[in-house]
Amino acid sequence: MKIIGLVISVLTGAFLVYAAVDFPAWSDPASPASTYLSPHFIEKTMEETSVPNIVTAVLADYRGFDTMFETTVIFTAGLVCFFLLRTIRRKEPESRHYRHMLTGVTIQIKEGHKLPPSADFERMDSLWTPPDLIIKTACRLLIPFIQLFALYVIAHGHYSPGGGFQGGVILGASIILLAISHDLRTTIERMSEKLVAILCAVGVLIYAGAGALCLLLGLNFLDYSALAPLLHVDPISARSLGILIVEIGVGVAVMCTMIWIYNNLSSAGKYNQGL
Amino acid sequence: MIWQLDLAILTLVVMASVGALMVKDLLGAAILFGAYSFMMCLLWSIMGAVDVAFTEASVGAGVSTVFFVAAVFRTSRRTKD
Amino acid sequence: MADLVSTVVAKYNYWIYITLMMIGLYAMIAKNNLVKKIVGMNIFQTAIILFYVSIGVKKGATIPILQYSHGHDAHLVVHAADYVNPLPHVLMLTAIVVGVATLGVALALAIRIYDRYNTLEEDEILAQIREEK
Repeated sequence: MKIIGLVISVLTGAFLVYAAVDFPAWSDPASPASTYLSPHFIEKTMEETSVPNIVTAVLADYRGFDTMFETTVIFTAGLVCFFLLRTIRRKEPESRHYRHMLTGVTIQIKEGHKLPPSADFERMDSLWTPPDLIIKTACRLLIPFIQLFALYVIAHGHYSPGGGFQGGVILGASIILLAISHDLRTTIERMSEKLVAILCAVGVLIYAGAGALCLLLGLNFLDYSALAPLLHVDPISARSLGILIVEIGVGVAVMCTMIWIYNNLSSAGKYNQGL
Repeated sequence: MIWQLDLAILTLVVMASVGALMVKDLLGAAILFGAYSFMMCLLWSIMGAVDVAFTEASVGAGVSTVFFVAAVFRTSRRTKD
Repeated sequence: MADLVSTVVAKYNYWIYITLMMIGLYAMIAKNNLVKKIVGMNIFQTAIILFYVSIGVKKGATIPILQYSHGHDAHLVVHAADYVNPLPHVLMLTAIVVGVATLGVALALAIRIYDRYNTLEEDEILAQIREEK
């Protein structure tokens, strides 16, 4: 198999190198990729949408249909991970372990017996290791600032590099940091499975709903100037505000998908201990 | 576009990718893949693609590496290949 | 000979990108371990994204965020040759995020395969499937 792989790679590489001889020279302003549509985008973005970041304007306004389906693809990937890992039938383990948080004493409850619910005992697994105090404290102090920065990235995506995707991934990464430094069970207590799944769908719904609202108000699907009478601004600022609304939808969907996939992967669906 | 910087980072990218595929420890492969993603992010910053570099830094060098480490933790860590 | 040297010097970027793509392709075909195959798939994806982004580079141009767009300079004419081509950036943003979603699904599949066959090497999995038949 290695020899077949080597032959195929070398042949494809040689063919691509032969094709690369005809490419335009590196960093040529008159290359065909930069001649037809992109001068229109660069020159007309400010007067049509009043958003200085050309990439955000093209992503959310001129090519908004692509981005809506991309958000749907991300949501579908989270859903597939959920169906692969979480929905198989597993037997309950025969004995459960609990730990008294104040003294560190662990007790083992065999199957069939119950522990009266109390706030002093936490559930653990047989592989439990105590999280380090320094890491726990440092991450607990850092996570609010990471989330604040992520909200800044989403909101400031019109004027600086950023936007919905980047801010959503950083928000998801802050919750994953909580799950790594503390326990997966701590994270599930704060953001339960049901909330994450529903928020993920709500993100896609915000995006598609904004487009449908424009359709209901009389113009094309995802044509944000239809929102102008609703928001009491002129049509150009309505496009800028419409881009902000869909970026929020994208950010929420991406955040919840990252959390969802991490929860399912790190516990292999069992939602017990995590990493 | 300083071509010396470009060539140096491209060499590091190729070395990181070959290294990620040849180590026998899967955790090392995951971390080398994170380094590869970060070198790609630097390349795109040099070329002026700041949005793409931002996304790759947060997605590739952040969340993607964590997914790999989580999956390696749940399966085996050594490989004979 | 001088013609060949000048061709190499002008186009060496594309050849390095093609080398990266072929490293990824070789890893997906020839490696035995499933996680190494997934790493190869991601190397292939990022190399293709690198190739696309390199198409949009212009000599002496700046990042695609409009300068002087507010204030008393707001009526300056924008020249398209001053800014890097933003169209490949937009397409590749989508590609990166879809790539991480695909990575999540691939790793979930690898975990399920490990639960079933207790190994991640391709030849051992195929041998176990042949024995079960």
